[in-house]
Amino acid sequence: MTDTSFDVIIIGSGPGGYVAAIRAAQLGLKTAIVEKSYLGGICLNWGCIPTKALLRSAEIFRAMQHAKDYGLGADNVRFDLKAVVARSRGVSKRLNDGVGFLMKKNKIMVIWGAASIDAPGEITVKAAKSEPPKGALREGRYRAKHIIIATGARPRVLPGLEPDGDRVWSYFEAMVPETLPKSLLVIGSGAIGIEFASFYRAMGSEVTVVEVLPQILPVEDAEIAALARKQLEKQGIKILTGAKVSKLDKKPGSVVATIDSGDGKQQTATFERVISAVGVVGNVEQLGLDKLGVEIQGGTIVADGVGRTNVPGIYAIGDVAGPPMLAHKAEHQGVICVEAIKGLHPHPLDKSLIPGCTYCHPQIASVGLTEAKAKEQGRDIKVGRFPFAGNGKAIALGEDQGLIKVIFDKATGRMLGAHMIGAEVTELIQGYVVAMNLETTEAELMHTVFPHPTLSEMMKEAVLDAYGQALNV
Amino acid sequence: MPINILMPALSPTMERGNLAKWLKKEGDAVKSGDVIAEIETDKATMEVEAVDDGTIAKILVPEGTHDVAVNDVIAVLAGEGEDVSSAAAGKPQPSSKPAAEPATSAAASAPPQSPAVSSVTSNGAPHAAPSAPAHGEGRVFASPLARRLAQQAGIDLGRINGSGPHGRVIARDVEQAQAGGALKTAPAAQPTLSAAPSLSDQQIRALFKDGSYDEQPHDSMRKIIAQRLVQAKQTIPHFYLTIECNLDRLLAAREQINAQAPKDKDGKPAYKLSVNDFVIKALALALQRVPDANVTWTEGALLKHRSSDVGVAVAIPGGLITPVVRDAHQKSLSAISHEMKDFAARARNRRLKPEEYQGGSTAVSNLGMYGIKEFAAVINPPQATILAVGAGEQRAVVIDGKIEIANMMTVTLSTDHRAVDGALGAELLSAFKLLIENPVMMVV
Repeated sequence: MTDTSFDVIIIGSGPGGYVAAIRAAQLGLKTAIVEKSYLGGICLNWGCIPTKALLRSAEIFRAMQHAKDYGLGADNVRFDLKAVVARSRGVSKRLNDGVGFLMKKNKIMVIWGAASIDAPGEITVKAAKSEPPKGALREGRYRAKHIIIATGARPRVLPGLEPDGDRVWSYFEAMVPETLPKSLLVIGSGAIGIEFASFYRAMGSEVTVVEVLPQILPVEDAEIAALARKQLEKQGIKILTGAKVSKLDKKPGSVVATIDSGDGKQQTATFERVISAVGVVGNVEQLGLDKLGVEIQGGTIVADGVGRTNVPGIYAIGDVAGPPMLAHKAEHQGVICVEAIKGLHPHPLDKSLIPGCTYCHPQIASVGLTEAKAKEQGRDIKVGRFPFAGNGKAIALGEDQGLIKVIFDKATGRMLGAHMIGAEVTELIQGYVVAMNLETTEAELMHTVFPHPTLSEMMKEAVLDAYGQALNV
Repeated sequence: MPINILMPALSPTMERGNLAKWLKKEGDAVKSGDVIAEIETDKATMEVEAVDDGTIAKILVPEGTHDVAVNDVIAVLAGEGEDVSSAAAGKPQPSSKPAAEPATSAAASAPPQSPAVSSVTSNGAPHAAPSAPAHGEGRVFASPLARRLAQQAGIDLGRINGSGPHGRVIARDVEQAQAGGALKTAPAAQPTLSAAPSLSDQQIRALFKDGSYDEQPHDSMRKIIAQRLVQAKQTIPHFYLTIECNLDRLLAAREQINAQAPKDKDGKPAYKLSVNDFVIKALALALQRVPDANVTWTEGALLKHRSSDVGVAVAIPGGLITPVVRDAHQKSLSAISHEMKDFAARARNRRLKPEEYQGGSTAVSNLGMYGIKEFAAVINPPQATILAVGAGEQRAVVIDGKIEIANMMTVTLSTDHRAVDGALGAELLSAFKLLIENPVMMVV
């Protein structure tokens, strides 16, 4: 007789869920995790990770095309799209296996199927279409003192722009193209849209991006977004902002898009493929939440700083618990949620210190307030900037386009935000995140020795610049 | 490489200690395992052993120095074959504090008539105004931003309750304090020696004629007693329950048991139970019968203990200490008796280990041997109760409507009302009375 009673059951094995499960097991809680499709969730299988694999191929391809700039020769540079996609899938598979291994190692039971919550403490799991991994428990009724909902999110569907899996893609299809579309329309210029635009453009597609807001990458600092736009346009990406795709007319092998450009004018254009990247929505359905009275607002579950919903014993973390919908936020929420269950009094999540990264070319990374937001809050600020063109390592790398921008509160020296565009900035941003989390002021950053020659030196220079002390400009 | 000898932590919570005595002097050769110094902590004196072979090149913290921070360098050891003088010359600065630290702390405990002394180090160099609280007051952990905000707002960091990791003061805490949030009443940086009296030390001294008294600096035990009892009386809502116990049966049983004790070849009995041993055992069993009273208060939760760990106050020269008889409910009377004799002997020599006198959920304080009839004791945190035991004496009592002579003992239970309510405390005390009056029940 299999044991069906647990301390904690986590619904969903994405980065929030599986990390929460491991932490729960570490804390000695008897833990199970329910998954219906892929261990590791969207992030590992259809999101963060496989797109990074695709973009890496694009990056190397781009470098090979520019071999001459570095005194190298590479003739007849080409790619095999099937192999590029196969590599990306292989990367996902490896990590997906890794999550299975971690579950086993931590003695976490995997329950295969779709869960719904019957009452606090009780769930029913129905069989899933997909093949369960070895050793997984099957459909049935399970009990747990604490239930953590980590069901994530899925692509938002706008009427008229519904993905059909053939000519109109969501990120699922965009990740596994069989052939390279000659022309591509990307609807939405958030991180997902811009990363796909960047990938397909690098591989040779004619790419058009349509954004309804006046700025691409709408959550980023306006100055950084403007620099990004300039770079992307230089690469040949056509960008329409303040514009809206009002209609997609599907023809055999192509789609005719009607685009309202905002000034009352309309234009139509034909594309081989369309990617709908208009955001994601929380997976709150089919969990029985209405019946339980779990509070939902704007399509996501309302949870407090440690993941508690309004119903005792039911918790929510990650995308399903609201924005920012980022894997690293989900992981952190998962850990503190479990620690709170264990009674460890973790510090609630501070949403203002969650970094965001976009892996287009050039990369974009940020944390904290944008300049506009800081001013909106009525703060008196100091802004520092340092260009990649002033950094030795950047020039040596042949990556002299980019900017690091920091924002300080004038009165206190509190670091309010940092915004970056350029090579490897997604790896740099964490330095500032640590600094902000430890509440350093400009003084500690100025007193820190940064290694030379590195791109990170720009982080110090930007701080110095905010106080009129930059050295290399 | 000269080896630094650091101030050891004798318990996980120890932050500072006094360097009571050096047993080696500069130039002495030591072997790993040799006792080189004695450290005085809260309530115990512990020996510091050398962990390497070598020669004591330099003693950096002189004997008798108070409040030496854990991990400060107290001496330098020259390794075998090393030049002692160069090892001494190359003496490293103590890791966390300037070398002049001990002198400063000595100054701090000197009479305050000469306050200027405390701002001058032993070598006479002016002491830079410290940004962190002075030595002996404990470092206030705070984020750089919190420090700056507090400075700008003119709030003493030490008075702000830290909500960051490990109680670190973070910006939010300062902002809350600024917005009128509660501040600690006394600067946290000064773990009070005693209740902040309305009179300063200087004012108190002025009440007595110069030369009419001798001054005895507090040793660390005295400081800890003062600090903990003030804390106990200020934070624990005490209430008291008193009951009389008839000892007739207990005394008879005790006499019988002690008379039957097997004797060794020198004619020494294997045990000699005291009334107090019975009291410990009875209290331990009473806690098992009333488990809701076997608790510790924390802000987050009530800790309900499974075992009965009973502290026993032992008076020693210069203070008192309460070693804890663990699992007293499971131990035989003779085992408790032996353990107490061992505790008492080692307590007098200040040789108890911290883990032997920390914790426990209740305690026994017995002043019966001084003829005290009854008294109320102060709860020793983290315990929730303490039983004050008076003298066993013959009293006239009314039994079945007649006045008779009986051996009676009055006990008073002090109770932490946060953790144990009145009726519950009464229940515990009744259970205790039943056991003490019917000692045969302790066998079950």
